Amino acid sequence: MTGTDGLSRRVFLARLGIGFNAIVATLLGVPIVRYILSPITRERRPGYESWLSLGALDQFPEGQTRFATYRNPVVNAWDGETATIACWVRHLAGEKFQVFAINCAHLGCPVRWFPQSNLFMCPCHGGAYYADGSRASGPPDRGLFEYRYKIEAGNLFIKAGEIPTPGRVAAFAAEKPSCA
Amino acid sequence: MRLIESVSDWLDQRLQLGTSIRATMAHPVPRETASWFYVFGSAALTVFVLQIVTGILLALVYVPSAGEAWSSLQILNHDVSLGWFIRAVHGWGSNFMIAIVLIHMVQVFLFGAHKYPRELTWIVGVLLLLMTLGMAFTGQVLRFDQDAYWGLGIGVSIASRVPVMGPWLVNLLLGGPIIAGATLSRFFALHVFVIPGLLIAFVVVHLILVLALGINEWPMPGRVVRRATYLEEYHRLTHGADGIPFVPAAVWKDIFFSGFILLSIVACAAILGPFGPGGAPDPTIIQTAPRPDFFFLWLYAVLSLLPPSLETPALLIGPAIVLVVLLALPFVSGEGEKSWRRRPIAVLTILLLAVALGSFTRLSVHAPWSPAMDAWSGEPIPADYLKERTALERQGALVFQVKQCHNCHALDEHGGQRGPTLDAVAVRLTHDQLIRQVIQGGGNMPAYGKNLSPAETTALVAFLETLHPAGQAPARDASQAVASSLRP
Repeated sequence: MTGTDGLSRRVFLARLGIGFNAIVATLLGVPIVRYILSPITRERRPGYESWLSLGALDQFPEGQTRFATYRNPVVNAWDGETATIACWVRHLAGEKFQVFAINCAHLGCPVRWFPQSNLFMCPCHGGAYYADGSRASGPPDRGLFEYRYKIEAGNLFIKAGEIPTPGRVAAFAAEKPSCA
Repeated sequence: MRLIESVSDWLDQRLQLGTSIRATMAHPVPRETASWFYVFGSAALTVFVLQIVTGILLALVYVPSAGEAWSSLQILNHDVSLGWFIRAVHGWGSNFMIAIVLIHMVQVFLFGAHKYPRELTWIVGVLLLLMTLGMAFTGQVLRFDQDAYWGLGIGVSIASRVPVMGPWLVNLLLGGPIIAGATLSRFFALHVFVIPGLLIAFVVVHLILVLALGINEWPMPGRVVRRATYLEEYHRLTHGADGIPFVPAAVWKDIFFSGFILLSIVACAAILGPFGPGGAPDPTIIQTAPRPDFFFLWLYAVLSLLPPSLETPALLIGPAIVLVVLLALPFVSGEGEKSWRRRPIAVLTILLLAVALGSFTRLSVHAPWSPAMDAWSGEPIPADYLKERTALERQGALVFQVKQCHNCHALDEHGGQRGPTLDAVAVRLTHDQLIRQVIQGGGNMPAYGKNLSPAETTALVAFLETLHPAGQAPARDASQAVASSLRP
């Protein structure tokens, strides 16, 4: 066996070794990518979006808009206060409600309800909304996000589970509030 | 002394680095570069090292858990001996680092250092700028308070507008469906492992490039960069009579400036103290007006002032354009004049950017686009505006307060600035126009027709009609005056 032959054999073996490692890296890469993407892939698991109680109906007097909170359905023990989410409940009449997300439809800051002027105002970029959640002024290009709701056993339930953002409009506004 | 020498000899026999270190230190640089203009890069590196050290010190106590991060910061501020000081040094170090990196970048650009053959040095520098800003944003998140919580909300609201991918990006950024424990954990990983790792790697490449290609010579008007001749010309500059060894001829200014910057950071930290944390990150506490940190304030102004129709394209395409321009710069202007004296467009670009970013930042300090949420209850109408007024007009002033008009409209420089100041509104609008504006809104004002009784509207408009400077008559509808004079 000549020296060059031996070298080419070793070069071949080195390349084979690199190829072998590439296969192992792929095998390792698949679970790593799936691990990184898990916040997306686990999205459709049950419990992600659930019907959550906001409390008894008598907390929400007719004709008024009241502050309410709920605990997010997907929580970890170390979430602390961040898993408690706020929303605005507007009781129109009888079983007719509107439940608005706390997040401004512009960039998600917490809107505040002013019963005196019947406006929601956002402290960040100056968005304002009318009592029915429609846009009054400022940078938002739409009204407040609305949760779907239902009434069961004297309690008000909303379907919630993820932060409302302008890009997920479809999940909210597209489905008009239904009286269950 | 002899002991140190023998130890270093022992080490060098094994490491064999001494010769190359000595050669690197003494590498020749052009004489004029031993200048106070050339100290910002080394200062940025010094502050980066300070950030690593103080960051590790903070990590000894900080708890990256959504439920406990805020309290661990309180403990750092109040219970751990000098914890407040380490937090303050890290916070001020961050501000200084961004400032120095930006100054360094402007200096490099104005001195033409991005031109051939230093294109890659510039590109790596742009990446370093992105990493630095990334550290600033993720660092703001780790200071897990109300600003951090709602700042994350703004971040994902922007991300959610990316076509098709938007909703997935939100979940990927947050680590789940909402801002919670998983979010803080991943921003901790980014701030402490991922971005610093990349920063260190890019800093090493940046330094290797600086050493390999040499420090940019002082730009002289008329000394034009040409790919064919530049390397030879630079070699002549460094190896001729104009070349001096970097250590010690040039390095002493770097050392002094770094020391001065460190001292400034320590002084700011000791005198002005740490940043926050602000209110607890409880999303049910909505009595808050989230504000970004200083170096993102300009963005806050842009987000408030862009017309809604332009916002999404500007947010998604704008950063891409800026990045492409920065990365393409050394290829578009890789040759030619280096001196700022012969590059008026470069100078004007920097001035324009500085004025624009400065104005946006200054605007954001006052945030005139945000309603003053407490003005209706916290800012009384100045007494002078109520003197010698009728009962109806005073009732109108009450409506003005109670219906939160004051949140958006200032009187005597108090109150919100969202809408126009009303000190002289009666000069601008007639009685009928005032009624129309209040009831129908328009021009970015909500309509109050449904929220005001006819009596309230009458009173409010009566008050508004009193708002005109002394000696300046209120507006009147001339056509009505004519019409009434023609009436028999």
